[in-house]
Amino acid sequence: MNALTPSNGGCRTAPVLKERGQREVFCGLTGIIWLHRKMQDAFFLVVGSRTCAHLLQSAAGVMIFAEPRFGTAILEETDLAGMKDAQTEIDREVARLLARRPDIRQLFLVGSCPSEVIKIDLAKAAERLSQIHAPHVRVLNYSGSGIETTFTEGEDACLACMVPVLKSTEARELLVVGALPDVVEDQMLSLLADMGVGPVRLLPARRIDDTTAVGPNTVFALVQPFLGETHSALERRGARHLAAPFPFGDEGTTAWLRVIATEFGVSEETFEAVTAAPRARARKAIAQAAEVLRGKSVFFFPDSQLEIPLARFLTRECGMTAIEVGSPYIHDALHGPDLDLLPAGPQISEGQDVDKQLDRARAARPDLTICGLGLANPLEAEGLSTKWAIELVFTPVHFYEQAGDLAGLFSRPLRRKAVLHLEAAE
Amino acid sequence: MKLTVWTYEGPPHVGAMRVATAMKGLHYVLHAPQGDTYADLLFTMIERRNHRPPVSYTTFQARDLGADTATLFKKSCQDAVDRFQPEAIIVGASCTAELIQDDPAGLSETMGLSIPVIPLELPSYSRKENFGADETFYQIVKALAKPQERTARVTCNILGPTALGFRARDDVEELTGLLSDLGVQVNVVAPLGATPSDIARLPAAHFNVLLSPETGEAAARWLEKNHQQPFTKIVPIGVGATRDFIAEIGDIIGKPVLIDESRLRMPWWSRSVDSTYLTGKRVFIFGDGTHVAAHARIARDEMGFEVVGIGCYNREMARPVRALAKSYGLEALITDDYLEVEAAIEALSPEMILGTQMERHIGKRLGIPCAVISAPVHVQDFPARYSPQVGFEGANVIFDTLIHPLVMGLEEHLLTMFRDDFEFHDDAGPSHHGGKAKAKVEAVVEEAPAPQDDNIIWLADAEKELKKIPFFVRGKARRNTETYATQKGLHQISLDTLYEAKAHYAR
Repeated sequence: MNALTPSNGGCRTAPVLKERGQREVFCGLTGIIWLHRKMQDAFFLVVGSRTCAHLLQSAAGVMIFAEPRFGTAILEETDLAGMKDAQTEIDREVARLLARRPDIRQLFLVGSCPSEVIKIDLAKAAERLSQIHAPHVRVLNYSGSGIETTFTEGEDACLACMVPVLKSTEARELLVVGALPDVVEDQMLSLLADMGVGPVRLLPARRIDDTTAVGPNTVFALVQPFLGETHSALERRGARHLAAPFPFGDEGTTAWLRVIATEFGVSEETFEAVTAAPRARARKAIAQAAEVLRGKSVFFFPDSQLEIPLARFLTRECGMTAIEVGSPYIHDALHGPDLDLLPAGPQISEGQDVDKQLDRARAARPDLTICGLGLANPLEAEGLSTKWAIELVFTPVHFYEQAGDLAGLFSRPLRRKAVLHLEAAE
Repeated sequence: MKLTVWTYEGPPHVGAMRVATAMKGLHYVLHAPQGDTYADLLFTMIERRNHRPPVSYTTFQARDLGADTATLFKKSCQDAVDRFQPEAIIVGASCTAELIQDDPAGLSETMGLSIPVIPLELPSYSRKENFGADETFYQIVKALAKPQERTARVTCNILGPTALGFRARDDVEELTGLLSDLGVQVNVVAPLGATPSDIARLPAAHFNVLLSPETGEAAARWLEKNHQQPFTKIVPIGVGATRDFIAEIGDIIGKPVLIDESRLRMPWWSRSVDSTYLTGKRVFIFGDGTHVAAHARIARDEMGFEVVGIGCYNREMARPVRALAKSYGLEALITDDYLEVEAAIEALSPEMILGTQMERHIGKRLGIPCAVISAPVHVQDFPARYSPQVGFEGANVIFDTLIHPLVMGLEEHLLTMFRDDFEFHDDAGPSHHGGKAKAKVEAVVEEAPAPQDDNIIWLADAEKELKKIPFFVRGKARRNTETYATQKGLHQISLDTLYEAKAHYAR
């Protein structure tokens, strides 16, 4: 409870509608599409089926043809029938790959639905391959399978698998966790540096040799709301979580920075001096985009776990009303601070039964529906305006300088609807 | 295991989805984990469909595996039937569900549903998307087609077009018009737009037109055997193939057919003098077997190109494509590994590629123009305008498609004449393609030319002269000169060798 708490109370204790049924979401393999760009010396090798390869190709939307640093080792009939030893096959494919790509320093073996079901031991493979290819290449493994991970949980699983191999440190450091576009990351680092907060370490680091370490004096802040496993793994290494709303919009960014500033004893004066100008810019930019959003209703289908923080942003900073806020999973430790700030009213839902949820959306006729690519055009054809959720993950939207862009992502579909005049003149 | 970066085809259950999504009144219950729903976006985004594909995914998770995924399947099946009230359902498993062996076929049989339930067996670890579509359509036809009287008038069915097909929407329209001009009415188009009850009516037609062998041949063969319906063997893509197709229809219906060709502009466009520059352009053709075969004939006989490479990614078509390549004096490239295709294109350095979206990317990388002639498709392969491939209008459309990526006739000459012009130079690219023009960067003349081959060295003056040759023929000039030098047993290429080779290959 603080000055920001809504007058009608927040949503943290609101009843949650838990559903299970058909989910219209990606699996965790999708995270590879942004992770392989973020970690420039990493290769992601999915051990899976043709479906996995096809998913990566389709979810990327366009093919990133500058030879991408990911690929799929496709299981074939002979692998399943036990005629070939999976471990030997992996060794061969990895050796071939590393020979062709000497620039690769980290290799992630990524488990998939089929590899999990037939129980291919990728941990064992990673350990053996690390020994073979050390010291030049470090091999880790995680699962991005759909039976275990929902969309952004793939990044969570990837970062969590890196935590145990982080160097140990006794130093008092801030660790910022979650993949951000480089330009946004640089803005964040400069805000923290200006406040005198440091040293600041990053997970994931851009390259393997960066100085990210963890220990009992580490405090960590999350920039993405889907990092539950990584959160637990860091606590197991003795680090302490700085719970805060996520840095979306003016208010979220300020609240996020303030928690860190308080922890590091930054004076109110310094905090104001550092944040005043970018806050003012953010407010101005949001106000422009929010003109079309004010008074409109919004309905979130579950997708990336960004839904709760974004609903908080849209309701508090853009004047929208939330009808339903669906999230694939809700973690109180991560989403609690944002739920505290989200004004009571919307139905909070966890999980999905897509047909039932579509019934609710059709009944509510929201002004804007946030949903996945599979649902967007069908809903548009029914007259609803939609925003594809995946764009929120693929676009720089964090911190002050992107706050206007974030609001703009939501206002564009409504503006477009307003500018199109396709019917005959009267 | 086989390392794959990009794939030409998805898994076979995506093929089944292409059939289900094309049809109406049919629902697909797919035993699959969370995440397999990605396939919906192929239809809603790439093809811009305004409906969700009629697919229910059981969405099992890790915690269900120890418990009861079979019950989950039955529940999804019942929910789908209650909610969508289809005339029939198809049931099957995706790659992961195949491993847990729940047997969707057996499970759905025990449910006592009042509508036809068609089980699919699609081996995910050995087959691919086209097989999945072909097999699914075949199973649907086998289960639903009913013996019946032929229609009084001469009618045919059009078999094979699916959702996500290459220009399927417009091909059906063009073909329907062509058949109508020939006095043949279309009984049913399937799977595209057909309901299960339409499938039941298939045997009423006198014969079948097999528009897409990749996705309709098994059904066509079954109908031929069990309902005595002959099917067409020629896919009418290109001028010659369309004329042959018309003759084939005449043979099937047993009377000569006449057709008005006034809409067919392609032959004159190709004969007119502006097209002279197309003569002998070296093209590499890659895609699905059907489109490759059609384009090989178009390229050589109707555009006057020289075909330097032929291949397809679908092994089901390997045999006819190999035979075709042989008749062109070539060896076919049958592979679904795009790196192999890229290597082949690089080695042949054609002046143009007729390929898929994959080859378009390869062309972009190698600086070779590419026209897309076959699936796999991307959003730009679903144009808003009418753009068929089959029939007379299809031939017109293909002519435009094939010349669009090229530098056009007079522009080609001007580039050759003024190749050192600071604006109008090689790297500027064709003038009708925006965004490519860039200022000419003065090339640094290398002191020691790098050897191009194990045995052959380009001398500095020859290398310099080679660079003056316009980019769209430079690859050919380099190859021809090297081949000529090898034949003559030369180890060095001088300016004279370059021009001797040019004279040798003059045409």
